[in-house]
Amino acid sequence: MARKTERDSSGDAPSREPEVWERLRGLTPARIGLGRSGGSLPTPHWLDFRLAHARARDAVQAVFEPEPILEQVRALGFESLDLASRAGDIETYLRRPDQGRRLSRDSRAALSGAVPEPPPELALCVADGLSARAVAVQAPTLLAVLLPELARRAWRLGPVCTVRHGRVAVQDEIGQLLCATLALILIGERPGLGCADSLGAYLVHTPRVGNTDERRNCVSNIRAQGLHPERAALELVDLLDEARRRGLSGVGLRLPGLPGSAAGRVS
Amino acid sequence: MQRRYRTRVAGETFEFQGLRELLARASPARSGDELAGVAARDESERVAAQLLLADVGLGEFLEDLVVPYEQDEVTRLIVDGHDAPAFAPLANRSVGEFRDWLLDYGTDAEALQRLAPGLTPEMVAAVSKLMRNQDLILAARKRRVVTRFRNTLGLPGRVSIRLQPNHPADDPAGITASIVDGLLYGCGDAVIGINPATDSVERLIELTRLLAELIERYRIPTQGCVLGHVTAQLEAIERGAPVDLVFQSIAGTEAANAAFGFDLALLRRAREAALELGRGSLGQDLMYFETGQGSCLSAEAHHGCDQQTLEARAYAVARAFSPLLVNTVVGFIGPEYLYDGKQITRAGLEDHFCGKLLGVPMGCDVCYTNHAEADQDDMDNLLTLLGVAGCNYFMGVPGADDVMLSYQSTSFHDSHYLRQVLGLRPAPEFERWLREMGIVDEGHRLRPSETRHRLLAAPEIQGGTED
Repeated sequence: MARKTERDSSGDAPSREPEVWERLRGLTPARIGLGRSGGSLPTPHWLDFRLAHARARDAVQAVFEPEPILEQVRALGFESLDLASRAGDIETYLRRPDQGRRLSRDSRAALSGAVPEPPPELALCVADGLSARAVAVQAPTLLAVLLPELARRAWRLGPVCTVRHGRVAVQDEIGQLLCATLALILIGERPGLGCADSLGAYLVHTPRVGNTDERRNCVSNIRAQGLHPERAALELVDLLDEARRRGLSGVGLRLPGLPGSAAGRVS
Repeated sequence: MQRRYRTRVAGETFEFQGLRELLARASPARSGDELAGVAARDESERVAAQLLLADVGLGEFLEDLVVPYEQDEVTRLIVDGHDAPAFAPLANRSVGEFRDWLLDYGTDAEALQRLAPGLTPEMVAAVSKLMRNQDLILAARKRRVVTRFRNTLGLPGRVSIRLQPNHPADDPAGITASIVDGLLYGCGDAVIGINPATDSVERLIELTRLLAELIERYRIPTQGCVLGHVTAQLEAIERGAPVDLVFQSIAGTEAANAAFGFDLALLRRAREAALELGRGSLGQDLMYFETGQGSCLSAEAHHGCDQQTLEARAYAVARAFSPLLVNTVVGFIGPEYLYDGKQITRAGLEDHFCGKLLGVPMGCDVCYTNHAEADQDDMDNLLTLLGVAGCNYFMGVPGADDVMLSYQSTSFHDSHYLRQVLGLRPAPEFERWLREMGIVDEGHRLRPSETRHRLLAAPEIQGGTED
C-alpha cells in the first residue's frame, strides 16, 4: 500500500542506483533502498511512513459496526446475536485484556436465553479485536463462503455472535454458554504498517473459560494480499472438519501449509 | 523473613508487607503492574513506598526474597552466586544511600565493575525506583560493559547496530537485499540477526549458512544469528550448521522461562555446544538474549512482583552466561504492559541502567506497536537518551518497519542520526571495514557511491523478483 513511493527521492547513495534498488525492492516488502538526505530519511519516505502509521492507528480506533455482519448472517439463513465484552471502551480494552476475554453481564444474559436445543456443534463469533476495519473489509467475503459451506457439510451452528471489544478468548465463554463442541472466532489483527485490515481466525475444541492459547489453532493474515478470505473460509472448514472428526484442537491439529508462529520474541 | 513497612505521610498511614509489595508499590506507574493488581493505588501511596524503600538496607534483599528460593532456580542463581566480598563496601548502606553513592563523582567505572558481582537484581531494581531519568542516564553512562566475538562491542564513544533483515517468508534473496542495504548505512556491527518467520530447523540452518557465507565472503568483522528457539539452534549445531551466536528470549522467573520452553541447564548445554565450534576470533562471548518487562505476567509467572523487578532478574540470568549481547525489546509487548511513550521511555532507561549495573552488555530495541500510544517521536527521544546513557547497541530495521514481526523499531537512518549527533562510531574493527569497503569516509560520513558498490553484486540478489 503505502510502501511504494513513486516520487523520486532526493538523497545520495544508494539512490544513485535507482534501477538496482528498484529491482531489489521487488525481493522484499521491507522498506529498503529509500535513499537519504545527508544520512536521514528523505521527505517523501518519511511522510509515506507517517501515512502508514496513521492508517494503522485509525484502524485500532475505528468503531465496530456489527449491523452489516448481523444482516448478512440473517440473509444467509442463520440466527445472529449482537454481544459486547466487559471492556466498555477502547482504552479499557487496550489496558485490560482480561475484560476483553469476558462477556458483559447483559451479553451473558442474552446469550443464555438463546441456547438452541440440541446444543450446537459450532459457536461462531466475529469480534473487532484490534482492527474493526479488518472485520468490515474481510468478514463479509469470508462469511459468504464459510456459512454456506458449513451448511453444506451439515454443521449445526449456534447463533452467530458479533462481539464489541472482544479478545480471542471470549470464544471460550460464548462456546461454553452455548454448550458448543467447537468455537471459531474471526477477529481483527493488530495492524502492521503495511496492512491495517488483516483478519485472524482462531478455533478451539471444548471451549471453556480459562483455556490457554496452545489449545487453539490460528489462521492469520486473512486479506486480499495475504491469505484471500475466500480461500481462508475453505481452509477453516477443512480445519473444523478435522477438529470435529478427531475431537481436538491445538498442537495436535496442525495441517500442512498453515503458517507457523513468529519465533524468538517476547510477546 | 518479611518485614512490615509502615509510615505516616501528611496525616495518612501507609503500610506494606514485605519487600515484594514495597517494591511493587514504589515502582513508577505502568499499565502492566495495574493489570497485575500490584501497582500503587495512587501517587501518594507510590511516594510513601519510595520513602520507605529509601531506608531499606541493601542487605535486606538477601534475606527477604521476592520469589521463594525453593520454588525458583533464578532465585537460587541469584542467591548462590552472590559475591559477599564484592558487596562488602555497600553492605551497610540503604537504598537511598546507594542512589547517592551512584551519583557521586568518586564512583567511577572501576568501582562499579568491582561492585557488580555483589549486587542482586532486586537491589538494582530498588534503587532505580528512586531515580529519575537523568539519574538512570548518568549512572549507567559510568559503566561500560565490553564484549568480544569477532569485534569489540561496548567501548566508550562507540555505538553498534544489530542489522535486522527480517522477511515474512524467510526468503534468502529478500533477506540479503535488506542486509546489503543496512551494511551500506554502516549497520551490522553488533550482529546480523534474523528473526525467522517459521520454527523449522531446516530453515534455521539455511539462514545460518546464508549469514556465515556473507560474513566470510566480504570478511565482515561481525557475527550472525538466527533467532530461533534455543532447542532448534542446538539441533542446528548438532547437524553441523555454522552457528556464531546462540539466542534465547529470557525472563526473570523459572516459571516464565519454562513457558519459553527452556531452563538454565539447557542454556548451559547450548552455550557449551557453540563454544565447541570455536568460531569467535577475538573472544568467546557468544550468547544473545532478549528480554522485556511484562513477559513474566504475560506467562502468568510473576509471583506477585512488579514487572520492572522481574526484568532486572532476567539480567541475573543473562550475566551467568557471559553474553555478547543482551537487549530489552522495550515497547514490543503492547499497551497492557507499557501504555504509552512515557512508560516505554522510562522502562527503556530502567532496563539499560539495571542491566549495566549488573554487568550485562546492554542494548535496546527501541520500539512500539500500533496499538500503543506512541510514535516515531517517542522513539527518537528514547534512542537519543539511551545514546547519551552509553547503550551498547540498537536495532537497524529497514525504514523502521519490521515487515515480519509487524512493529516499528529504529531504522538504518536512525542509527546514522545517532552517530552524527553524539559523535559515536561503530565497533573499531567494523569501522575499519566500512572504510576499506568505501562505505564511510574519514569524517565518518556515509560516502556517495560513485559507481555500483560491490556488495550490490552479491550473487544472492542477482535472480529475478519474487511475486
